[in-house]
Amino acid sequence: MSKIKVENLYKIFGTVPRKAMKMLQAGATKDEIMEKTKHGVGVNNASFSVEEGEIVVVMGLSGSGKSTLVRCINRLIQPTSGNVWIDGQNIMQLDRNELRDLRLNKLGMVFQNFALFPHRTVVQNTEYGLEISGMDAAVRREKAMEALSLVGLEGWEESYPSQLSGGMQQRVGLARALALDPDILLMDEAFSALDPLIRRDMQDELINLQEKMQKTILFISHDLDEALKIGDRIVLMKDGAIVQIGTPEDILTNPADEYVARFVETADITQVLTAETVMKKSEAVANLKTDGPRAALRKMKTNAISCLITLNTAHQVVGVVTAEDCRDLVAKGERDLNTILVKDPVTVLPDTPAAELIQLIYDLPYPLAVVDENNKLKGVIVRGRLLAALAERGNIDADS
Amino acid sequence: MQIPRLPLGEGIEFIIDFLVDHCAFATKALSAFLEHGLDLLEDGMLAIPPIVFIIIVALLAWRLSRKKSIGLFALLGLLLILNIGLWKATVSTIALVLIATLIAIAIGVPLGIGAAMSKHLHKIIMPTLDVMQTMPAFVYLIPAIPFFGLGKIAAIFSTVIFAMPPAIRLTCLGIKQVPPELVECAEAFGSTRSQRLFKLELPLAMPTIMAGVNQTVMLALSMVVIASMIGAKGLGGEVWKAIQRLQMGNGFEAGIGIVIVAMILDRVLQKVGAKKRS
Ligand SMILES: Nc1ncnc2c1ncn2[C@@H]1O[C@H](COP(=O)(O)OP(=O)(O)O)[C@@H](O)[C@H]1O
Ligand SMILES: [Mg+2]
Repeated sequence: MSKIKVENLYKIFGTVPRKAMKMLQAGATKDEIMEKTKHGVGVNNASFSVEEGEIVVVMGLSGSGKSTLVRCINRLIQPTSGNVWIDGQNIMQLDRNELRDLRLNKLGMVFQNFALFPHRTVVQNTEYGLEISGMDAAVRREKAMEALSLVGLEGWEESYPSQLSGGMQQRVGLARALALDPDILLMDEAFSALDPLIRRDMQDELINLQEKMQKTILFISHDLDEALKIGDRIVLMKDGAIVQIGTPEDILTNPADEYVARFVETADITQVLTAETVMKKSEAVANLKTDGPRAALRKMKTNAISCLITLNTAHQVVGVVTAEDCRDLVAKGERDLNTILVKDPVTVLPDTPAAELIQLIYDLPYPLAVVDENNKLKGVIVRGRLLAALAERGNIDADS
Repeated sequence: MQIPRLPLGEGIEFIIDFLVDHCAFATKALSAFLEHGLDLLEDGMLAIPPIVFIIIVALLAWRLSRKKSIGLFALLGLLLILNIGLWKATVSTIALVLIATLIAIAIGVPLGIGAAMSKHLHKIIMPTLDVMQTMPAFVYLIPAIPFFGLGKIAAIFSTVIFAMPPAIRLTCLGIKQVPPELVECAEAFGSTRSQRLFKLELPLAMPTIMAGVNQTVMLALSMVVIASMIGAKGLGGEVWKAIQRLQMGNGFEAGIGIVIVAMILDRVLQKVGAKKRS
């Protein structure tokens, strides 16, 4: 069962949405409908789902309906038609009290402009949800303090929001949502109002927190880099409609249409591609136990390369042998590769971003091994292949 | 063809007469009760030696406003009043204004909250306020008499009517001015309507509400002269007496007394309102 499921969701702004609905379903555009009926299209037939523990980023230009969509999920905005399920419960059928319970217990929300209450201190802001749920003052204070320490704000409890920087204010916003320990976090452009550097910190921190918390997060953003960085999947919106849903990889490699492609062009590809996506999965390797120098040389010859990554019997990377050393060994009439093994080769984990790979591979005389945590070989990256992968997306600046 | 004169005045008179016939016994009883309370308050205040009273007020003004100058002004102003023999009249005026303002706030603030929360109520209250504020204050005196009899309570009644509109308006305004994203946030966290009101809207509206209270007090003070025509004594009564006897000096003395009381109240209330904001 999906944690959140949205099905054929529509939101038309205006007093009599029926006519606008008909036009929309007949294929009229948002602008035409605005011109003819003075009704605004917020969301146009959106369907998608979010699985438990997943971060889904809803992405689109300003005005594409992201905020409206996320507000339909906790019904801050009443959808015109369609259904939203949370944990299998159709929230369109909830009455006011049930809706309040749902918001209080399951849906934490973080806002673009923080929306902190200026008359309350940091800790009073953080405990707001707990307070209105009727929790005992001492208990809720303790929980609020926990949430504040989670976001690194110990010592600021008694300050007022106006005394904090933007980044810190949003940490309070995040703590306020986390204090209730909701299953789901709705984050509407939570980091968009922050400076780029602070913003990157917050993104990293969210990813770290998510590793510990395993919440289900619906994150709204108008920034593709942000979406690619934190999203397990991305939902791309345009004029209220969803134009593509997919993993960051999908979006980058198979943009569904011109609109998505234009977005993708602006993304910083070196942050997005990882070792895993540019590595060669099957590459010739030398086997320390069974291969001798002649076997190694033959493999190099057939693959037109000048060195081989060498593995032990457990398939772990132990080093590299070069063609030159192999020939020497043959000339000496010996056959133990161990004597010529270049030990402690440079290896990377599969999720290393391409930006780091470029640095590494630049002055490496042999291929880069991609290994898992147990040092087992997953693939090999050669310089030419990496550059080609980057160039393919039209965004390579070889020495960046 | 001649359009016959519409019996507007007669209609209103009929309604008021009707109300007087059926309600006056209750309002008269209320009047007697309130009058008793007011007398007690006044006697109580007069029982305190004026010097002690003045020092207490001056200290209070200083503490509340956190400004020495305001405390000093209260001290000197009230001493002047005492010196020119207007102490009793001033105490009587303060008691009347105090009671009238408290009633006006007790009714006005909830009405303002209601107007902010309900569109329907807003539609009824706002035009009524327009009428209340443009109607010449003297007119309120007329129905006050049959309901409450000549005297202080009729004066309080007309003062309340006259002074209440800013309390309603500014309370409503203060609540409506709460930033929509904060309201949205309160909603997103699952607040009930009253939680939203008491935990977010009222605290944020407080400076605006205090400005309304301030205006209500000032209007109540400005009504004391008019109200003295139907038997409220106090500083207004002194002015009214001076007008009738053409005693310029006495008139100005009483007028200055009103100004002093008004300025003390205004400065203190302004500072109290501003303090809440920070
Ligand atoms: N309360 C509203 N009344 C009328 N139109 C609205 C309202 N809220 C949003 N819209 C319209 O709906 C569209 C989507 O807005 P929004 O969801 O805020 O976009 P985004 O968050 O992607 O920038 C816009 O065209 C906007 O003008
Ligand atoms: Mg938005």
